[in-house]
Amino acid sequence: MGRKLLLEHIDVPGIETFEVYRKKGGYASVEKALKTMTPDAVTDEVKRSGMRGRGGAGFPTGMKWSFLDRKSTKPRYMVCNADESEPGTFKDRYLMEKIPHLLIEGMITSSYALGANTSFIYIRGEYMYVLQILEKAIDEAYAKGFLGKNILGTDFSLDLYVHPGAGAYICGEETALLESLEGKRGNPRLKPPFPAIAGLYASPTVVNNVETIAAVVPIVNMGGDEYAKIGIGKSTGTKLISASGHINKPGVYEIELGLPVEEFIFSEEYCGGVWKDRRLKAVVAGGSSVPILPTELILTTAKGEPRLMSYESLSDGGFATGTMLGSGGFIVMDETTDIVKNLYTFARFYHHESCGQCSPCREGTGWMEKILHRLHHGHGKKEDIDILVDVAKKIEGNTICPLGDAAAWPVASAVRHFRKEFEEAVVQESLLVNG
Amino acid sequence: MEIKFSEQALTRANKIIARYPQGKQKSALLPLLHLAQSEFDGWLSQAVMDYVASLLTIKPIEVYEVATFYSMYNMKPVGKCLIEVCQTSSCWLRGSEEIVQHIKEKLNIEVGETTSDGMFTLKTVECLGSCGTAPMLQCGANFYENLTTDKVDELIEKLRTNGESSSYLRSLEVNLES
Ligand SMILES: Cc1cc2nc3c(=O)[nH]c(=O)nc-3n(C[C@H](O)[C@H](O)[C@H](O)COP(=O)(O)O)c2cc1C
Ligand code: SF4
Ligand code: FES
Repeated sequence: MGRKLLLEHIDVPGIETFEVYRKKGGYASVEKALKTMTPDAVTDEVKRSGMRGRGGAGFPTGMKWSFLDRKSTKPRYMVCNADESEPGTFKDRYLMEKIPHLLIEGMITSSYALGANTSFIYIRGEYMYVLQILEKAIDEAYAKGFLGKNILGTDFSLDLYVHPGAGAYICGEETALLESLEGKRGNPRLKPPFPAIAGLYASPTVVNNVETIAAVVPIVNMGGDEYAKIGIGKSTGTKLISASGHINKPGVYEIELGLPVEEFIFSEEYCGGVWKDRRLKAVVAGGSSVPILPTELILTTAKGEPRLMSYESLSDGGFATGTMLGSGGFIVMDETTDIVKNLYTFARFYHHESCGQCSPCREGTGWMEKILHRLHHGHGKKEDIDILVDVAKKIEGNTICPLGDAAAWPVASAVRHFRKEFEEAVVQESLLVNG
Repeated sequence: MEIKFSEQALTRANKIIARYPQGKQKSALLPLLHLAQSEFDGWLSQAVMDYVASLLTIKPIEVYEVATFYSMYNMKPVGKCLIEVCQTSSCWLRGSEEIVQHIKEKLNIEVGETTSDGMFTLKTVECLGSCGTAPMLQCGANFYENLTTDKVDELIEKLRTNGESSSYLRSLEVNLES
């Protein structure tokens, strides 16, 4: 059994209530931080933990916190990114729904470290029922003196609000999220300035993922050095993985970083193997935005080493033979899967979600969807495959925000690893025409 | 008909507006549009959007440009029950196309259409964060997961009798009361 830091008490009946959560040791990090540590000392523990942001980009959280402009006279804001819209990702919802106080505790401790007195949880609008669960938990925390004025009798005060989005994947991008929170369209901002200098209402702001903020709780409780011992190398701690697709046991699993991918897919403790006794064909390991890998490259690296669930091991080989841990959205495909069709569903998604500000992304995602639609329906031409790769290449790196890249990478990798299937999609058509 | 929130909704709106710092009341726009949609038949007419603009003392155009950006706001009338089936990869891998096809046949409508009795509207949507329990659909605030065609039949019968699920907020209230 791997070590559990976030989901240890997830099955305890009543854990969604303040009372039970508290009985299980909840809110200890708030007591420890507010009563015995300075805000900078809390930031220091997070730095020492080596924990990397769990929203997808994997940027070290302590470092991000240290960039926050602490000299500004403006108020500072802590914002939780609960937009969770990356296809294949559902871990944040699980955490918020089952153990809402863990996120609230993390928000209080983090806001204290950053000197924020007003904080927001921006949650995707479709999770409206989860918003209600969070608000109920927040009310409890206020009633017990963990939110509001002079928390635990200290001079730290905090107001915490949940803010719903309204259906837009792009609002998960942190500057689009801030625009949306200001009541505007979710158009990503040009950076710099970064949110740490000018974020919400042009004030210094930190945006972190739900899981990142939850992980601050065990980090403060056990100390950053202890946390850093868990995991492997620079991939410290545990990670929530959302497992879906053709497996026997889809669901959210907390793993210690460094677990072999093979064990994750095939052991009974996790995914329980591929369904219907079929063979494994491919895996998208970190949400729809990361490169897809065929069986041989997801189980072992190009060097022949076992592939591990860690930031470094999954990206070993770069985009030629590797992928990324991303958000931990682990989508498994069995031998019957039509890779062209799967890619089409992703292309349709990115075209639908492009905010439209940059022409390479707005037009390019539309082109990719159109070509893949054509290929999938057997109307493709031989040149289409190269045009597809060319369009992807032209989007990559030429846009305001990384959505463009996120749309391009799956295309490039699918064609690289499964070119034959794309060619077959074209050949089928010429057979029809000639036959 | 005069467009105006009920007493209860107005209290709620004012509470939401008060969360945001002085002068930043525009931040309340998204939550207020959700509220407006649940108050006024599940969609946002121009008159409704103008009303929301007046509550926040912003220009109507500031509301229109936002309302049209987000997929949860309906810009035209929808049926009493809005059925939104996820069609992204993880759901597709586990049979979402069959679910959509089944609903189309059962209700005799295409995606994007409303049944002639005004009861159901069918929509396909992108990943709703329910991939581990795919295939799934959302109706109102509720997620219906691990769907089979039998489960869909059951659900549609239930909705036909209970109705009222086109609004993300309203179905929540119904749920909490029951
Ligand atoms: C198109 C796009 C969508 C994103 N969606 C999310 C999301 O749903 N949730 C999230 O936490 N981060 C998302 N991110 C990453 C955020 O921009 C940001 O890096 C993250 O919230 C930072 O938190 P972390 O450092 O704790 O990971 C997205 C980024 C992009 C470019
Ligand atoms: S890359 Fe796409 S989503 Fe990002 S800002 Fe440009 S158009 Fe918008
Ligand atoms: S793919 Fe359907 S809920 Fe995620």
